[in-house]
Formats: sequence, C-alpha cells, structure tokens
Amino acid sequence: MAVLNKQPAVELKGITKTFPGVVANDGINIKFHAGEVHALLGENGAGKTTLMNILYGLYPPDSGEILIEGIPHTIASPLDALKLGIGMVHQHFMLVHPFTVAENIVLGEEPSQKRWFLDMKRAVRDVEKLSAQYGFQVDPNAKVQDISVGMQQRVEILKALYRGAEVLILDEPTAVLTPQEVEELRQITDNLAKTGKTIIFITHKLQEVMAMSQRITVIQKGRVIDTVRTDSTGPVELARMMVGRDVVFKLAKKEQAPGSTVLRLENVHAEDERGLDALKGIDLEIRRGEIVGIAGIDGNGQRELAEVLIGARRVNMGRILFNGQDVTAQGLRTRRELGISSIPEDRRQRGLILDFSLAENAVLGKHHQTPFRKGIRQNIEAVREYGCSLLARYDVRSAGISTTAGSLSGGNQQKLVVGRELDSDPDILVAAQPTRGLDIGAIEFVHQKLLEQRMQGKGVLLISLELEELLNLSDRLLVIYEGRLVAEVLPQDTSEGELGLLMTGGKKAAEVNRV
Amino acid sequence: MTINETSAKTGHQLERLWISLAAVGLALAVGAVVIIWAGRSPLLAYYALWDATFGSWRGFGEALVSITPLIFTGLSVAFAFRTGLFNIGAEGQLIMGQMGAAVAGYAFAGLPAAVHVPLALLSGALLGALWGGIPGVLKARLGAHEVINTIMMNYIALYFTHYLVIGPLKGHSYLPVTKQVLDSAKLWRFIPPTRANIGVFAALFMALVVYFILWRTTLGYECRAVGLNPDAAEYAGINVSHKLVVSMMISGGLAGMGGAVQVLGVQHRFYDMFGFTGYGFDGIAVALLGNNHPLGVIAGASLFGILARGSQNMQSMAQVPRQIIGIVQAAVVIFVTGEYAVRRFLERRRISVSANDFVSTTSGRDSR
Repeated sequence: MAVLNKQPAVELKGITKTFPGVVANDGINIKFHAGEVHALLGENGAGKTTLMNILYGLYPPDSGEILIEGIPHTIASPLDALKLGIGMVHQHFMLVHPFTVAENIVLGEEPSQKRWFLDMKRAVRDVEKLSAQYGFQVDPNAKVQDISVGMQQRVEILKALYRGAEVLILDEPTAVLTPQEVEELRQITDNLAKTGKTIIFITHKLQEVMAMSQRITVIQKGRVIDTVRTDSTGPVELARMMVGRDVVFKLAKKEQAPGSTVLRLENVHAEDERGLDALKGIDLEIRRGEIVGIAGIDGNGQRELAEVLIGARRVNMGRILFNGQDVTAQGLRTRRELGISSIPEDRRQRGLILDFSLAENAVLGKHHQTPFRKGIRQNIEAVREYGCSLLARYDVRSAGISTTAGSLSGGNQQKLVVGRELDSDPDILVAAQPTRGLDIGAIEFVHQKLLEQRMQGKGVLLISLELEELLNLSDRLLVIYEGRLVAEVLPQDTSEGELGLLMTGGKKAAEVNRV
Repeated sequence: MTINETSAKTGHQLERLWISLAAVGLALAVGAVVIIWAGRSPLLAYYALWDATFGSWRGFGEALVSITPLIFTGLSVAFAFRTGLFNIGAEGQLIMGQMGAAVAGYAFAGLPAAVHVPLALLSGALLGALWGGIPGVLKARLGAHEVINTIMMNYIALYFTHYLVIGPLKGHSYLPVTKQVLDSAKLWRFIPPTRANIGVFAALFMALVVYFILWRTTLGYECRAVGLNPDAAEYAGINVSHKLVVSMMISGGLAGMGGAVQVLGVQHRFYDMFGFTGYGFDGIAVALLGNNHPLGVIAGASLFGILARGSQNMQSMAQVPRQIIGIVQAAVVIFVTGEYAVRRFLERRRISVSANDFVSTTSGRDSR
C-alpha cells in the first residue's frame, strides 16, 4: 500500500509506562498511517488500553515520544489530544441519556448565537451534515435513551468527528454489537479511512481483526510482538502471537446422547425491575449431559431467565420443575441445596464480594453448611482450608488466601467463581456470560469446565452474547427475543448470520417456532 | 500486580491508625490556633484537658462515665454500618433503653441484684432493639430508607418518653422524672465518690461480643456480606431482608443497653432532658473514627469522652471556653473523613486507571 511510505499520522516511539509492580508498556514502537484501520490486538492486561490512554492524554508515559505528523508532542490531557485531532471512543459510552443525539454530539462545544444562547438549529444542521458526509444514519433529534447500542456508538464516533478528530481510537468497539451491527461498523470505519482518517481499533477478538483492519499490531505483556498486514496472516498465527503458545480453538466435544430431563420450565412469565414483562411464556427443557445455549441480543430477557432459574426473581405465571419437583416457590438457598448452581453474568457485582478474602468468597453460598458452620459460629479453620484447596484445584493464582477477591485479575476471579459453583456438584449449572471479558487462556479453562459438566451427565444452560462460543459448545441453541424463545436450532445446521437475524426478530424458513 | 498484597491487609489497618492519630494531632493544632486567637495559652488549656482525666482518680472515674455510653452508641452505629445500614437512630434507641431500664429498675421489688441488674439491662436493650427494629422492618419490607426513619424515630422516642415522665410514669411531685431505681438494680460504683460504675466493663464486654458476632459467626459473615455487596449476598442465598432487620435490632439493642447503663449506673432514674443527650450522634463520629471496628470504637469513644470531660476543666483552669472542644471534636471528624476522602479518591483513580487494562473491565459497573 502506498500510504505506508508516507509520514505516519501518529508514531509512538519507545513508549514505556510502569505501574506499581507491573510494566504496562515496555518500549512500544508503532506507526499509524492515515487512511488505514489499524488494529491493536492483545489479551486483557496486555497493555493496549494503557497505550491508547497515553496517546489520549489520560496519563503521561514514563519515557518515549509521541509524534503527530512527524512532530513530537506532549499530550498532557484529553483536551490536548483533541486539539491535535485525536478522538477516543471508550468501551463504556459517555452519553447523557435524556439528551438528544444532536445535544450529545455538540455537548461541550455548543454552537451559540449572540454569545449567550444555544443555537440548537445549527447544531442539528451540523450533525446532519456530518453524518451524511460519512454515511452514518442517525436521527439528530432522537433521544439517546431510545436508540440502540449500535446507534449510540455512532453518536460517540460523531462526537469525536465533530471535535475535528483525524485519528480515532476505538476501544473494544464490537463488544456490545450484534453481528449485523459489527458489519455496519466495518462500513463506517472503511468510509472514515477512505476520507483519510486514521482508525485505531483495540480488541482481543481475532475474527473482527481479520474482517475490519488492514494492519495489525499484536501486543503481549506490554511489548509489541509484531506489526503485520491483515491479508498476510490468519487467526491461528495471530492467536499464537497474542498468547505466546498454540491455542486450541475448538475443544473436542464427544458425541453423547442426552439423558433424562433435569430442568423444565413451563410457560414462565416474569417482570424486570421496572415492572415490565421480561419473560413472556418460556418453555424450556434441559436434559442431563447436554449444553443448551441461549442466544440473543443483550437485554432480551437473558438476565431475567437466569434469575428465575436460580430463584432470584419471582415467577408471575408458570412453573419450574427440577428433577420432577416443583421448585417455583423455592428460594435461592433451597434451590442451591437441591443442586442448581450459577455463574452470574457479573462476577464483580453478583459472583463475588470483592472486599471479602478469597477464603470467605470460596464458601459464599455454602457458608451455612457443615463444616463451615459450628452452631452459631463460623469454623474459620475449615473455611480457610477449603479456600486453599479450591484455589489449588481450580488454579486460581493469588498472593494468598487472605487477600481480597478484588485484588485478583478478572480471569482468576472467574476461576474462583466457576470453581466454587462446580465444587458443590450441581445437577444443573446456569452459566451467564461465563467468559465475558476474559482472555483466551481463561476462556479455554471455562469452556473445558463446562464440557466436563456435560460429560459427567449434568445439565448446563449457557447464556452468552458470544455466538462463536454458543456454536462451539451447545448441543442445542435457543434464540431469545423480547422475552420469548423464538427459535431452536442445532449449531451444526446454522450460522452466525442466521442467528444474528433470528436474534433481531427476523424469521427463517428453517426455524422451529416454539411459541 | 501482586506485590505487597500479603501485607496489604495489616498495612491497611496500620495506615488507618496513622490517619486517625494524625487527624487528632491536626485537630488539636487547629484548636491551639483558635485558643491563641482567643488570647489564651494553648499549653495551659491542653494541660487542663489532660489533667481533667489523668490528674486524679476522681477525674479518671468521671471520664469513664463520659466514655461508657459512647462505646455503646459507637458499637451500635458500627454494627449497622457493617451491614450497610446507616443508623442515625442510636440516640432514640438509647433514650428508649433508658426508659426501659428505669421502669424495670423500680418496678420489680425484692429481686436480688444478680437478677435485677441483668433484667434491667436487658429491658433497656430490648426496647432499644425494638426501636431499631422498626426502621429495619420498614427498610426490609418497603425499602424505606433507614436514615430518614431512624431520625424520625429519634423524635418519637424523645417526645414519647417526655409524655411518659410528665404523665403516667411521673415519679416526683414537680420534676419530669420517673421514680428512682431500686438499690438492687444499681450498678456498682467502683471508684467512689465518682459515678464510675461497672457499666464500663459491660461496654468493653459488648465490644468483644460485637467482634465475635461479626468475625466469628455465620450471622456476622452474612451481615458483612450484605454490607459489602447485597447483590452477591442475595445470589449466595442469604436472606438480605432478614439480615437488615436483625442487624438493626442488634444495633438498637447496643444503644439501648447504653441507655440502660446510663440510668442504672449514673442517673438512677429517667429524667427528661428537654432535648437529645447527644450520645447517639457522637456515636456516629466515634464509629467513623474507629473505622467501624470494636477496638477502634473503644479508642474513638475514649477520645471523645476525654475531650468532653476535659472541656469543663479547660474553662475553669485556663479560661478557655468549653466550646473550643466542640471545634476540636469537629476538626477530628473533618480530618478523618477528609483524609479518607482524599485517600479513597486517589485509590479510585489508581484503580480505574489500571483497571482499564490490568483488571478485566467488561463486567462494568464496579464503581459502586
């Protein structure tokens, strides 16, 4: 490509940044060119986001230089970055929800008339012009709270463009998107690149890197492993560079016939926090020795489904049978004791008590049972002992049993949760987003454990936003849409494209309509 | 990422101790500035402050009298706080405890002290537990915020007991007081002629009990779990509502027992103070100073008790207005909270900055 010979739009030279106890960036050199989509690929904790935060002025590097168009600059704050034409779209959007799209985009740089008055008409006009220019389809007058996540992301991108960004940093932009929205994002980034913008795209997902970028820089443990052209590499090679070893992509899954029904939901209805119908008549059956996957766009009732199963949410109508016994009226603790375990979707909020020690976390949920309880007393010794053995058996890396769960890395936190839940030998495991935010190594571990459950003749309900994960692990796949299970498909008979369509309420000839 | 983690816990506690000590030092310095400004000698004033408690057995005994109720209310606030509840109602619970103990103290004649004293103490604790339990139930059942309700309960306690001592329980011809408690219900005063009584040992014992409950029982484990993360506690099958009620009852019981000790050991009857005692509110500061730990509460209560005791002496010996001590107390609280605030802010920043890359962030809402 011709652009490669020109002056890079942004050049990072020898960027080093250390935090207490860890080298986040170790002498990083990268050249980003105008007109290309450049992916930064690495595991969680590899140092990608740190590097981009340095470029965006959120913190200073210990050493190294940042060159914009060949001229060295000190970027002390995001304001400096914006002045130099660097914009960043964070993983978690920073939008004012009750405001309109246009209001959000101009926020902080509002056009004014007669000095004191906000010129909303001009703002709307500006936004319309801007979105037309880059092929965005956004309604400037829609309220942000009413538009989809994909749309909100576009608003974030427009916000950066409105401020004159020439270099656009996207931090894990696809984490929240459907496959269709990812495709739309790809078109947008392509358009932007064509007009000469520089797109820097942070991710740990190999497929998307392959689809969306022209060049890829792989970072591992704070160092640049290599920068490669996308068309001259492949996922296997990238994964090896990222992790530093060969990665098993598809775990061996032995064929096995499912056994008897362990959990059955009959016409289950439930509400969400706001009192709106979240589950509208769910019929579901999970048998021993099978993994049933639930696919769907976030917020279509997955969380409520998981909560209804474990007893954390009231069922308005319908019933839940566990091993033939009606458990609809049973609370969390009883269901746990009967053999329903769960990996909650948010380990930091629901799975762990971050300020508790690892030992205390290890017994959470079984703390009231022997041997952890002696009369009214807690058997501190037994708790400690059990904690130590759990950490050892599930390979949780920590600095000791007395440290808090908050001090663990995300992967180790999840191993602790998974270990604790599986160790009570449940008949059914409800796993909600079990690999969310984990790096490849930890994902492998979790997948392995789910398949082990299946092998041991337990039932697993896997709720995930990762279609690849669902397709690889599930024996059957159900699609949830607006509180209903709208389709059942077999993973070998479907594709990500078809699933994406079903997830948005689309119909396919092959679908089995269950309602 | 894992450096210093093994020693982090003890280091953390030590750091907090330093913060508290530094806050006290700074507060005394602020007080000194004000004293100089008022044209008096801070050295003499602080000597008087010290001398009031440590100059004589008499002073020491009376200091214990000031400290004892603060230990109870401090423990009360701390226990609730560990369960994630902000009990502003220790004041009302203490008042109800006073009334309960006073009535039990004079109503049962002919009991041996070994029965009567515990009975009267428990009556106070029970009434306090009831008084704390009501906002607890309101919180658990209706989600009504305990801060509002405990404040309201303070006023109800104040005026309800006021009504009782000018009405049905009036025990004196013209004063708004109850009858005196019987000798068999009085707590032994061990440094005569001071009013120092064995109630202080009850307070220390309760500190031990609170420690035991919080860190050695299943109930305490569950309460702390609820306090730190109610969502995770619920997912673990803990009955959160139940813990809220129980915790408020324990909290109220502690304050109520504090009131009982005050009546049985010091006042010997309930009298209408035409206003709040202030022990319940100071208990909030004491719990804060003591980092909601029983040992810290004892230390915080001692400091506040000594300051309160010394303020009178300061006035008579060094002609420094006793209100200066109010300034010192306030300054201690401000410096402690300020210090926490600054440190917490720094910690947050550090965490959120490193969290971006070193800790998994996709789970999102960790900024509670």
